[in-house]
Amino acid sequence: MRDIAIISFAQTPAVRRIPEVNEVEMLMPAIHGALSQVDMTIDDIGFTCSGSTDYLAGVGFSFVSTLDGVGAWPPIQESHVEMDGAWALYEAWVKLQLGELDTALVYSYAKSSPGDLPMVLTRQLDPITVAPLWPDSVSLAALQARSLLDSGNYTEAQFAEVAARSRRSALDNPNAQLAWDRSAAELLGEDYHIAPLRKSDCAPITDGAACVILAAGDVARSKVKRPAWIRGIDHRVEPIHLGLRDLTVSESTRIAGEKAGVADGPIDVAELHAPFSHQELILRDALGLSSDVNINPSGGALSANPMMTAGLIRIGEVANRISAGDVNRGVAHATSGPCLQQNLVAVLEGEA
Amino acid sequence: MPEISLPESLQGVEAVRSVRIPARLDYEFTAGNASSRFLRGIQQKKIIGQRVPGGRVYVPPRGADPERGQATTEEVEVAQVGTVTSFCMVNVAFYGSSMELPYTSALILLDGADLSIMHLIQEIPANEVRIGMRVEAVWRDDEDIEPTLESIKWFRPTGEPDDTNVRIPGEDHGTGLGSWVGGVAPTEALVRNPRTGKGGH
Amino acid sequence: MAESATRTVGVDQRTPEVRLAKTETCSIVTIVTDRQEAGDILSAPLIIEYPFKRTTGPVIGAFLTGLREKVLVGSRANDGRVIVPPAEFDPISGEDLTELVEVGPAGEITTWAWVTKPHAKHPLTDPFAWALIKLDGADTPMLGAVAAASMDVVHTGLRVTPVWADEREGHINDLSHWIPVDGGNT
Repeated sequence: MRDIAIISFAQTPAVRRIPEVNEVEMLMPAIHGALSQVDMTIDDIGFTCSGSTDYLAGVGFSFVSTLDGVGAWPPIQESHVEMDGAWALYEAWVKLQLGELDTALVYSYAKSSPGDLPMVLTRQLDPITVAPLWPDSVSLAALQARSLLDSGNYTEAQFAEVAARSRRSALDNPNAQLAWDRSAAELLGEDYHIAPLRKSDCAPITDGAACVILAAGDVARSKVKRPAWIRGIDHRVEPIHLGLRDLTVSESTRIAGEKAGVADGPIDVAELHAPFSHQELILRDALGLSSDVNINPSGGALSANPMMTAGLIRIGEVANRISAGDVNRGVAHATSGPCLQQNLVAVLEGEA
Repeated sequence: MPEISLPESLQGVEAVRSVRIPARLDYEFTAGNASSRFLRGIQQKKIIGQRVPGGRVYVPPRGADPERGQATTEEVEVAQVGTVTSFCMVNVAFYGSSMELPYTSALILLDGADLSIMHLIQEIPANEVRIGMRVEAVWRDDEDIEPTLESIKWFRPTGEPDDTNVRIPGEDHGTGLGSWVGGVAPTEALVRNPRTGKGGH
Repeated sequence: MAESATRTVGVDQRTPEVRLAKTETCSIVTIVTDRQEAGDILSAPLIIEYPFKRTTGPVIGAFLTGLREKVLVGSRANDGRVIVPPAEFDPISGEDLTELVEVGPAGEITTWAWVTKPHAKHPLTDPFAWALIKLDGADTPMLGAVAAASMDVVHTGLRVTPVWADEREGHINDLSHWIPVDGGNT
């Protein structure tokens, strides 16, 4: 295996609605920021891969239009996944493992504001037996939360603690959308949104974009003092029918974490892509993280959740902390689909 | 296809083989910065493109120069006359179209622009439309002008002599159809990199 | 880009007699200095409709046939479990599943969520519960909407029974919704 690292990460500030720009206009600051931080241009990039879905804004083939912001001429090696950008990063990592190329640009973006996001997301469900019922994404997460409560392992108060801690951490994140300091007890006093979830248990709807640059071996070392090396990365998927899954655990995350080598060393920080508070608890258990691990110091998806992008941001947040020298080893997780259907886990490390 | 065994209650009844599952999603589409400026220009019967300083003029603008991958920061008003760079004759009715058949749909390179727009050619028999023909915009009546490209009803011949040296957008440095002339694909060696100046003829 | 940078906008150097006459007054260059106010940005309703008609295959077709006939069916997996809605392939081995068996019609809620303000697209207009419902004779639950007077009526383990649509055509909406057996007093 080649040594491949994250050498640059940039994101746009997360906002609820950014009508004054189209997708490419929104995305360019992230791409240009990531490139300029390491003094690179698209001509220094071997492979470009993006993650997005046209359903969010209802703009067909927007992922082709956004290449206008990259500089895709002369023709570049490029690919796209209709997944979170974390999966685009995985494809880029595989491409670099082939040994032919040394650098990759990965970006993702979402304008969720033009549509009715919880309803748009029903289009990823079984088209014949489930999608025609229009079970919105929050309702499905609430079914999972109820299962977790029924298991007796967690309480609504613990959900509220995750919700409160995340928004408190976000006070230190200038890119966060939701940041405030309120107690878990206060959150428990809120009415239910879709019971047993309260609004504070749910991620906001966000417009935003992010970009990561990968480089192999000495190219990475020549660009930054302390690259964030990808020591392990794996992703797994669970069945589309909720009834075939045990919603109280995340078996796909557990296996991905095992394959990525989460347990092979101490974890200083974990960025977990949990759009609902109870999902963080499921993910901690699946990854076997001890109680002293710093979880989501960025505020996590509960503080900013650009679709198709919040997973890539988790990887970028861990990489930034490693490159800054704050931590040495971290785990980043990304999810996609209803109730943590698909999960990706990456283990990042600074130079030994 | 595998043989299916059914419970007794479904034996002998007519089987469902297909299902209609229409779905509708409602959006509030926002045009963004560049497109809004373009459409506001149309409201004033102006055709406005954008470019990176020193770069190509894109009409309609999308906010980025796709060759350089940079934000277009300059606005340029282009002419309302141009040259047909390609066209097709449409003989089939598309859903939602009220056009009489046949009609001509053309790529028109407006004077001052580096990207052709697609629009209709009228006021000339469809079989007389040709590459190089000079055409001009025909606007709706002033009271019907709206922020949509449909405010230009169609293009019609100007009567000027044809442009016999039709400039295909991008051919000067290997973009567009021009780089395929002679059956040669636009490979890295043949095309010019607009950022570095390397490559190309 | 030297020639591009020096070229007068709108003038084709090879055919100046044609281009100059029409374009010398047209190029006004302004600099886009800042973004427009949100109020200057154009927006418009955009409706996207997917008029899909799907072929079902024999397994899902049998499930929909059952709904039309007010019969619920599942498929028997290789490990003996009965999966509802029926799976075409074994969830573990991927082999074809071909044995369809009748289940329900009543079942038990395995998890649920209470919707206080139903969406216009939701199956019910009054507050209701989404639930995963494990039908009698089934081993995996299916999703459904449960009509109930209030959240207090609903609980995991509650027994529910289907309410069928009057007009049925072989569609998931043939099963209109579910209601508690015995009015929820179980």
